Amino acid sequence: MQPRSGVVDGAAPPVLSLRGIVKSFPGVRALGGVQLDLYPGQVTALVGENGAGKSTIVKILTGIYQPDEGQILIDGTEVHFPTAEAAGRAGVTAIHQETVLFDELTVAENIFIGHAPCTRWGLIDRREMRARAAGILDSIGADLDPGVRLRDLSIASRHLVAIARALSIDARVVIMDEPTAALSHKEIAELYELVEKLRAQGRAILFISHKFDEIFRIADRWTVFRDGQFVGQGAITDVTEAELVRMMVGRAVDQIYPKRPARIGPPALVVAGYCHPTEFEDINFTLHQGEILGFYGLVGAGRSEVMQALFGITRPSRGACRIGDDVRVIRSTAQAVGAGIVYVPEDRGRQGAVKGLPIYQNVTLPSLARTSRAGFLRLAEEFSLARDYTQRLDLRAASLDQDVALLSGGNQQKVVIAKWLATRPRVIILDEPTKGIDIGSKAAVHAFMSELAGQGLAVIMVSSEIPEVLGMSDRVIVMREGRIAAEFRDDAMTPENLVRAAVGINGAAA
Amino acid sequence: MTLLKSREAILALAILLLLALIATRFPGFVAPANLARVLTDTSPLILLALGQMAVILTKCIDLSIAANLALCGMIAALMNGAGVPLPLILLAVIALGAVLGAVNGLLVWKLGIPSIVVTLGTMTIYRGTIFLLTGGAWINAHQMSAGFKAFPRMMIAGLPVMTWIALAIVAAVAILMTRTALGRAFYAVGGNPHAAVYAGISVGRTQFLAFVLAGALAGLTGYLWVARYAVAYVDIAGGFELDVVAACVIGGIAIAGGSGSVAGCVMGALFLGIIKNALPVVGISPFWQMAISGAAILIAIAFNATSQRERGRIILKQAVHRT
Amino acid sequence: MTSATGRRIPDRLTTPAARALKSWEALLLVVAVAIFVLNSLASPYFLDPWNLSDASFNFTEKAMIAFAMAMLIIAGEIDLSVGAIIALASTVMGAAAAAGAGTPVLVALGLATGLACGAFNGMLVARFGLPSIVVTIGTMSLFRGISYIVLGDGAYTAYPASFAWFGQGYVWWVITVELVIFALAALAFGILLHRTNFGRMVYAIGNNATAARFSGIRVEKIRFILFLLTGLMSGIAAICLTSRLGSTRPSIASGFELEVVTIVVLGGVSILGGSGSILGVALAALVMGLVTFGLGLLNVPGIVMSIIVGLLLIAVIALPRLWTMLSRR
Repeated sequence: MQPRSGVVDGAAPPVLSLRGIVKSFPGVRALGGVQLDLYPGQVTALVGENGAGKSTIVKILTGIYQPDEGQILIDGTEVHFPTAEAAGRAGVTAIHQETVLFDELTVAENIFIGHAPCTRWGLIDRREMRARAAGILDSIGADLDPGVRLRDLSIASRHLVAIARALSIDARVVIMDEPTAALSHKEIAELYELVEKLRAQGRAILFISHKFDEIFRIADRWTVFRDGQFVGQGAITDVTEAELVRMMVGRAVDQIYPKRPARIGPPALVVAGYCHPTEFEDINFTLHQGEILGFYGLVGAGRSEVMQALFGITRPSRGACRIGDDVRVIRSTAQAVGAGIVYVPEDRGRQGAVKGLPIYQNVTLPSLARTSRAGFLRLAEEFSLARDYTQRLDLRAASLDQDVALLSGGNQQKVVIAKWLATRPRVIILDEPTKGIDIGSKAAVHAFMSELAGQGLAVIMVSSEIPEVLGMSDRVIVMREGRIAAEFRDDAMTPENLVRAAVGINGAAA
Repeated sequence: MTLLKSREAILALAILLLLALIATRFPGFVAPANLARVLTDTSPLILLALGQMAVILTKCIDLSIAANLALCGMIAALMNGAGVPLPLILLAVIALGAVLGAVNGLLVWKLGIPSIVVTLGTMTIYRGTIFLLTGGAWINAHQMSAGFKAFPRMMIAGLPVMTWIALAIVAAVAILMTRTALGRAFYAVGGNPHAAVYAGISVGRTQFLAFVLAGALAGLTGYLWVARYAVAYVDIAGGFELDVVAACVIGGIAIAGGSGSVAGCVMGALFLGIIKNALPVVGISPFWQMAISGAAILIAIAFNATSQRERGRIILKQAVHRT
Repeated sequence: MTSATGRRIPDRLTTPAARALKSWEALLLVVAVAIFVLNSLASPYFLDPWNLSDASFNFTEKAMIAFAMAMLIIAGEIDLSVGAIIALASTVMGAAAAAGAGTPVLVALGLATGLACGAFNGMLVARFGLPSIVVTIGTMSLFRGISYIVLGDGAYTAYPASFAWFGQGYVWWVITVELVIFALAALAFGILLHRTNFGRMVYAIGNNATAARFSGIRVEKIRFILFLLTGLMSGIAAICLTSRLGSTRPSIASGFELEVVTIVVLGGVSILGGSGSILGVALAALVMGLVTFGLGLLNVPGIVMSIIVGLLLIAVIALPRLWTMLSRR
């Protein structure tokens, strides 16, 4: 895990440059005149909080958006990307964060969608397409049959197809947007090898990540955006993590993980023998009042599945839980809420907030029985409840009547948390609570979690970030492949222990 | 044995079973000559279903397809009455059908109006236009030229021209769907519209082209219908659009878009066509047809759903082996 | 940050009155008044109270169903089988009438059939998770198909005299029974959608059913109830329509479902779900009624009327979008 030597050849000019790029959407100025330089054979890390403009710049580079002002220069000449196809033809390709694949098409078709090789008659040349697809898959070490339909592949294999698609264009610029977010350790290592290969081929790589260890490991250069503005750039060897963070946030941020003294009370939730036919098995643990219990594991270990079963989204095939004094099996979310268990989901946009409804209606949604009378709405009560809880969380919004869709990710998360706190729960489960949230709000959420625990709530935090897990939890349970692999507390809570348990004995992925 | 589990295979089996059932009561039904007749009778449904398939693939729906057929058919009859030669009439109806489809497509593409609303409106507008053109008068057999009426029925190698046209179009659409960029774009746009944008595919334009295709097929079928039944009036093919959607659903075309095959679509149409033709033969009153279609649709949907149901994420190792 | 002295956000930025003025419903009101004026200028017979009362039949039955349909569409579903439910309910009532049943029994049967059909739809969609558009295309054929099996090309005409009160009766002066039912339904559904927890949950489900479920809402139960309501209102409409026509044919209420959906969409309800109001639907029904009545007075044939309705539907949705597009240039 050596950091890159970072020898930057100042002589070679940038392959791609952005100058003065401005992009606005109704109500928000996403980019206010940014610049970016990508050099051949070098990895440039683009760093910034959420809302800094990273995904907007990626969309401009790939022709999905058009800039309002500014220039895109390739080899010093100005170009325009009116369509995604134009960007591809100019040699810009991207591995996006979201899935951009099609289930019903084959691997080869997915790789070549939009630019399939054609025969003389204008029909797709399937043989040529298969052969070329096989070639690309080979070069990234993927053992996949190009003729297989995508929907029959596993998640890891799909990711390889996405990479193959990006490489199907002979690109001079390869953009990778949070590429390791959902990968296992083995896959991450393979990705780093791929980056090396691409770098050796002289391509310019734009690498977007929020993981500093990754950035310092593979990047040669850095660029920082903040609030849609360009803040700075340079060689990675000339900067420290603290400086990058300061540039990202505009101020020094310490104490991201406020460690506070834990006053652990009696058990609030006892889970016994939870099983599901395909997702998890033999889940037993106890959660105490005032405790923050961390759940660590690789993506796909089954943590969210267990939590969703506890919350009544899915039903376990076996097992029961004891909340307070009652023993029960939770069969619906309504029952879970009634029992005092609430769940703040990972996918905030799709599962957390109801976009289209105003903030106050989102906050009161599970609590309508309390604010209403005989089934009839009482708006005054609703506003009062919403006011109370949004104030406690320091929500930033124009008014409580505003559509929740207009809020930033961090503020939407606050609305979701406010919604659940308003139900006065006993147990609150937070699934990746700070994922995709800017550092400022991250610290706020952590401080808030500490306060909740201090007030006697029992908190479960599912997280994939080791610093967060170790910094916030009183105890950590590690899951692997649907089972509880280990439990650590006090001095045993170390990064090595966590990773070993998550991955399997002796570091080998099981 | 994924072949056995494929949707199309099961549908083919169901059709064979159905035929076998009918044959027990009336063996003459499965005689080749009769099966050819059923195929010919089902040709309009097959043609329209293929067009509807393209539209449904792109996550839209076309409720105006039957009204399109009726309007084009009437115009074909009117042109015939004015002495226009048949080849020109054929070109004209296909072009007109395509234009009517394009209107739907443009409203969906450029104005972003949901297709169910657009085609609800154009359905009544197109059909009403027939009335505006004719004042409600019918055009009957004796008002149509002999050539006009005879063309679809002309026998070539044992099958009428209409059937050959249908078969040719089935082949053409199959090639379109599997071997052209546009065809793959239909699947891409319906399967993951967000990702289609990233692949450089224009979602709106692809949907527009699907409507044009459906419209063109409807136009052609309009002529075939009017010529074969030798009559044209305001209400022809009334309610047919629902039969067309039913054929697609039974054929395994997912209403959510992005999946389905030409083979399935054709078999779905054949399934309905066989039922329609078999009822009188087997001695069931034709009044049962609607209810049976309805039941067939419901069973098909239930079947679609169970085969597409997403299983929970498979995490446990044993679970992989168990399932 | 977490203390009670956090930032205080205002409850609302615009007053409800201000928003009402700029709304779709306001537009519809203006359109309704405009059409009223146009019609009274175009034909001397328009302002006659008895003619207006007759005109109300153009929309009352469809509007009753439209209220329930609106809630269903707001929740993100659709029911294309409502016309077929009327046919089946009417057939059941006709068969009972032919067997000598009295009016109370007929009413009970009409309601029960409507509810049963609604429950069938609801079970398939809510319980089994099948897509409502194709399910109701299927049940549409099934329900009306059953009517065809029972009646063939015949008709039931032997209804008791008292049964005619629903569709042909007057409550006071020119105010028909159907108009009163329409008004009561508007009130009931208006309260249900806009003033109750149930209505709030309907909006939540229509905007994001997953998030609604994750918020503890019993999504399936609400969907089922919505289909029951649509079935019930179809049953009530069946009683009114059958009573007004005095007979039942299997083709009764053909094309109803599309007219109902037109009223709902015209009323400002988004076909994609999540927004709309009962007031809008009521006004849209009124507009449709005025348009068809006015055209009828001018002796415009029914089929040409449907062209105008089709054009109206598209224009009403297209024009605001065109306006936004052009003003952005």
